[in-house]
Amino acid sequence: MKRSILKAGLAIILLFLMVEGAVAAASVLSVQVRESVLRSTPSFVGSVVGKVGYGDQVILGEEKGPWKKVSFPPKKISGWIHESALTTKKIVLAAGATAVETGASGDELAIAGKGFNAEVEEEFKKKNKDMDFAWIDRMAKYSASSQEIIKFLKDGQVAPAGGSK
Amino acid sequence: MNGASRREFLSAAGRLAAAGILLPSGLAFLSGCAESLGQVATNLLDPTRIDSLKKTYATVTKTFEDITPEQEYYIGRTIGAVILQKYKPYANEGANRYINLLGQSLAQASDLPETYGGYHFLIQDSEEINALAAPGGLVFITRGILRCCQSEDAVAAVLAHEVGHVQSKHGLQAIQKSRITSAITALGIEGAKTFGSSALADLTSTFEDSISDISKTLINSGYSRSFERQADQAAVKIMKRVGYDPQALVEMLMKMAKQLKPGGLDFAKTHPSPQSRIEDLQKEMGPYKQVSVPPVRQKRFQRQLASV
Repeated sequence: MKRSILKAGLAIILLFLMVEGAVAAASVLSVQVRESVLRSTPSFVGSVVGKVGYGDQVILGEEKGPWKKVSFPPKKISGWIHESALTTKKIVLAAGATAVETGASGDELAIAGKGFNAEVEEEFKKKNKDMDFAWIDRMAKYSASSQEIIKFLKDGQVAPAGGSK
Repeated sequence: MNGASRREFLSAAGRLAAAGILLPSGLAFLSGCAESLGQVATNLLDPTRIDSLKKTYATVTKTFEDITPEQEYYIGRTIGAVILQKYKPYANEGANRYINLLGQSLAQASDLPETYGGYHFLIQDSEEINALAAPGGLVFITRGILRCCQSEDAVAAVLAHEVGHVQSKHGLQAIQKSRITSAITALGIEGAKTFGSSALADLTSTFEDSISDISKTLINSGYSRSFERQADQAAVKIMKRVGYDPQALVEMLMKMAKQLKPGGLDFAKTHPSPQSRIEDLQKEMGPYKQVSVPPVRQKRFQRQLASV
């Protein structure tokens, strides 16, 4: 009798831990873009709190439309980031058989550098020497900071009807 | 398809796609990948790990949505290089800088503001009327189409339409489904290094085939009318969010209806008729109202693109 109560108790504790674990796992997101920033407000005009990079795991807090307020413990920062920069998959950066060992599926895990990667691009370039990647690299350097975009829109008197979001 | 013919068609994907001689070769690669996986399994893995490999492969879903932003980035770079074979870059820093400020303002307001490598825009030195987007956010616009634009709002309309294609991943959807399967199963778990050179060769073949699928659609056949409608609708939404007049898209299409020759090359061939797009847009936006642009914006537009 005593033993079965104990068993039931353990089962409940175990169940509780599992649910707890699931909740914790659900609120962890990974950065799926090469680099991004956390901002002070849920908008691209919000000031930058700090940088995050590919595979960084952030903890989800508040949500406002497509904007997620997250914290990034290693840098002790928190701020807003657009959902398109995040994935629910865990991104594994180091090469290793993690997916095999954990039995995780492709739905749960993404391995950085898997599939089409820099190595494949190099192979492709070797076989297609006439193709110009120099301009692709040059083009990738064209960028605009939030401040430059704000100024550009302001100078051109571009503003959405009903005011800026 | 042997190595030599593959090389040949990739060296001028657009031209060959236009000639319509590309053959689907997905089946060949599927078997190729399966073979190399067998080799890897015997070389590197014990039986229990093979089982678990198989299990993992089985759970991998196989649609364009499973292509990670990182892989999309590499596809987009090569598609960009294919597009640059068609039209050379226009190396005018000032004009390109302007197009990037405008394009990135629009991209930020899209539903997919963040991509692995970000959005970047480039003018191409061609009289042809065209604009093309590679997956991941590399957007190309010809001098020909810029000359059809009578205002910054019209340029915004063209760029926002292309951002719409990127946002909806229309390029990736042109890849044959069988290839995505083989791409993901070939290296669903590890980086290429672990699988050795034969798997890298297989993966590169799959990559080449995916590139030709997209190039063929983008440069030769064009997207479906429903994809174009989706991109137009995205453009309207993006323009409204930023503060450009979406009627500029209609104005642009009206202008192009006059410029484009039916049965002509480039844009006319790869897009539904401007008239049908206008009709689709007007169902949502109502009748056309002339676009009015603040003088300061019009002045800047004329100054920045004077040389184009």
